[in-house]
Amino acid sequence: MSAPTAVPAPRAETADIVLEVRDLCIDYGVGSSAVRAVTDANLTLRRGEVLGLAGESGSGKSTLAYGLTRLLRAPGVISGGEVLFHNRPQNSAFGAAPGEVVPAATEIVDLLGADMAKLREIRWSQLAVVFQSAMHALNPVARIDAQLTDVLKAHRAQMTAEQRRERAVELLRMVGISADRLRSYPHELSGGMRQRVMIAMALALEPQVVIMDEPTTALDVVTQREILEELMQLRERLGFAIIFITHDLSLLIELADSIAIMYAGRIVERAGADELFHAPRHPYSLGLLNSFPALHGEKVRMEGIPGSPPSLTALPGGCAFHPRCPYAMDRCRTDIPQLVPPAADPGRAAGQPRVAACWLQDGFQEPPAPLRRSAVGNNGDSNGARGADETHGSEL
Amino acid sequence: MTATLSDGTTVVHGPKRPGTPALEARHLTKHFPVHQFGPGRTRQVVHAVEDISLALPEATVTAVVGESGSGKSTLARLLTQLITPTSGELLLDGVPVGRSAKARREYTRLVHLVLQDPFSSLNAVHSVRYHLERPLKLHKRASRDDLDTKARQLLERVSLSPSERFIDQYPHELSGGQRQRVAIARGLAVEPRVLLADEPVSMLDVSIRLGVLNLLDELRERERLAILYVTHDIASARYLADTALVMYAGQVVESGPATQITDAPAHPYTQLLLSAAPDPARTDPPVLRGRGAPPSLVNPPSGCRFHPRCPFAMAVCKEAAPPPLPVATDQVAACWLHSPEHAPKTNPPAAGNAAKDF
Repeated sequence: MSAPTAVPAPRAETADIVLEVRDLCIDYGVGSSAVRAVTDANLTLRRGEVLGLAGESGSGKSTLAYGLTRLLRAPGVISGGEVLFHNRPQNSAFGAAPGEVVPAATEIVDLLGADMAKLREIRWSQLAVVFQSAMHALNPVARIDAQLTDVLKAHRAQMTAEQRRERAVELLRMVGISADRLRSYPHELSGGMRQRVMIAMALALEPQVVIMDEPTTALDVVTQREILEELMQLRERLGFAIIFITHDLSLLIELADSIAIMYAGRIVERAGADELFHAPRHPYSLGLLNSFPALHGEKVRMEGIPGSPPSLTALPGGCAFHPRCPYAMDRCRTDIPQLVPPAADPGRAAGQPRVAACWLQDGFQEPPAPLRRSAVGNNGDSNGARGADETHGSEL
Repeated sequence: MTATLSDGTTVVHGPKRPGTPALEARHLTKHFPVHQFGPGRTRQVVHAVEDISLALPEATVTAVVGESGSGKSTLARLLTQLITPTSGELLLDGVPVGRSAKARREYTRLVHLVLQDPFSSLNAVHSVRYHLERPLKLHKRASRDDLDTKARQLLERVSLSPSERFIDQYPHELSGGQRQRVAIARGLAVEPRVLLADEPVSMLDVSIRLGVLNLLDELRERERLAILYVTHDIASARYLADTALVMYAGQVVESGPATQITDAPAHPYTQLLLSAAPDPARTDPPVLRGRGAPPSLVNPPSGCRFHPRCPFAMAVCKEAAPPPLPVATDQVAACWLHSPEHAPKTNPPAAGNAAKDF
């Protein structure tokens, strides 16, 4: 699952990119009382890629996702940066009139500067969102079919009522729900089925990007696994890219192609999922990895991360993680580290270089042993890597 | 499933320790009535917890693992006497629990429940001091002059130090982990023997969960507490617990030493649960064997309640509920696959074999 399935096949460096976030800053409130929730976020999402966004509550991961879709509610304010959407409407039968061939030309849209008409064209059709709580995101007094056909009515005016119904049945079947559930109300469905309906709705217009905000957090593990399996199959078939937001890093490592770790509003590390698991470069990533007890091997005492996440209103100076960091140096208290490729990093994925925002990785000193493990050679030998994890488990 | 073997002995789940366990439950059953109105109504019940015998010796952690609706929280609430069992009895230090008001008060002192959500289990308009002094006053554990000292000691016992910093704060000034520590400290105020923790870390941030789990681990040793840890996260059960019980549809389907359960699961449901659990060390996507959802507990399936989902279901599974059958040292699984007369001749998913699939 972790091997990236490039859909379509990679051609040139930039041809693959579907969404670019550059130096995005988001505040809550304005003026002197403003709190910066996201600082200088940079992300690149490729077609068909699963990008994981991990962090604790309050780290800004949901704010980032809502900001880049312009769904942020007041007092949220986007105070800087740009979000570029490489719009390439899909050349598929659905959505286009019969016989019409949609050219595969890529149009670059600046989502932050786009007017409401442009946004309306992009949202849902090209960029869909699955919200965390299906319980609250579905309308409790409307039947499932009404909610599914509503989006078609709004975005595909040329469809007849019969066509919309057919599409609704098709969508439900796609996520493994039988057609006789169409006339159900949300409360008649189980939590897993409600979440499936949410996913079906997001995919109704075959978007290029789907943003999922903790889509399976409230579900049981078996249901969660079933839904994620379906999602990955759909992605392979339809080729959409996913931004998957969750606090469950152990799940993300299985699921995502690349992962961005957020802490106190900043992305502190970005790497391929395997690289991040076998060779984290930021102490916070390492601490997060050590917060999930293993399912195998010897039982060892793990410490998690001491302290608790900082309040955004009173961020520590320098690196925001330094009060909880076991390796903090003097410099960490005063200077904010930039997100740069770690000095002399042997493991670097092709295409997207890994980056970490930590002074330990600036090349002027040897990083501590757990933060300079090599990702190379560990791939495929997961048991060995887990063993290595165990030995440093007690260090942090 | 009946908790009684063919030879008449009862299988008691939980850590095996010599002596009398701090809390013992015998044949605990809870059926909730389903309210129906109008003519032709039938008397139906939800079979939430079915005939569970459990012993919690002091200085041990017992984990109860299961999906939502499996009855794990009902079991914890039965043990607190917040709800009355349909049948079955509770023994505290070997003595049957009385029904008088005095006995009940004593019971609530000795058996304490820690709730899932520290954001709502603490009163937002009262300080930490109030939360800690109130149980001391109610159960007359401290004189008026000692209240302050005792409250501060409690904070130190849950590693909230220096206590001056926390004692006069209000819940909203504390982080989730600190709040849960206050909730645990409140429980420790009355010097309980048993701590029932119902998903104590699932509402907390990932990085501070281990801190609270480690605190429970320390309390087990230091305070000689018998701890019941209810969770849906089988990896954390493995980390913290001595013994794990896996519940499905109101019944215990497997129990045994926690590492043994996760390394060599014997029941097909435990195997399913483990294959679905997130595991970064996994290289290939897991194969789920036994898709679907738990059954309705109003009309649970006949025989083994897992048989409609079970990939190994046999004819006998529909007809008779399997008793807990020994599969390894201290490990029992309620599954006909492990009974000598019903086990298939070829390829039984025995404990040792199954472990390789994960």
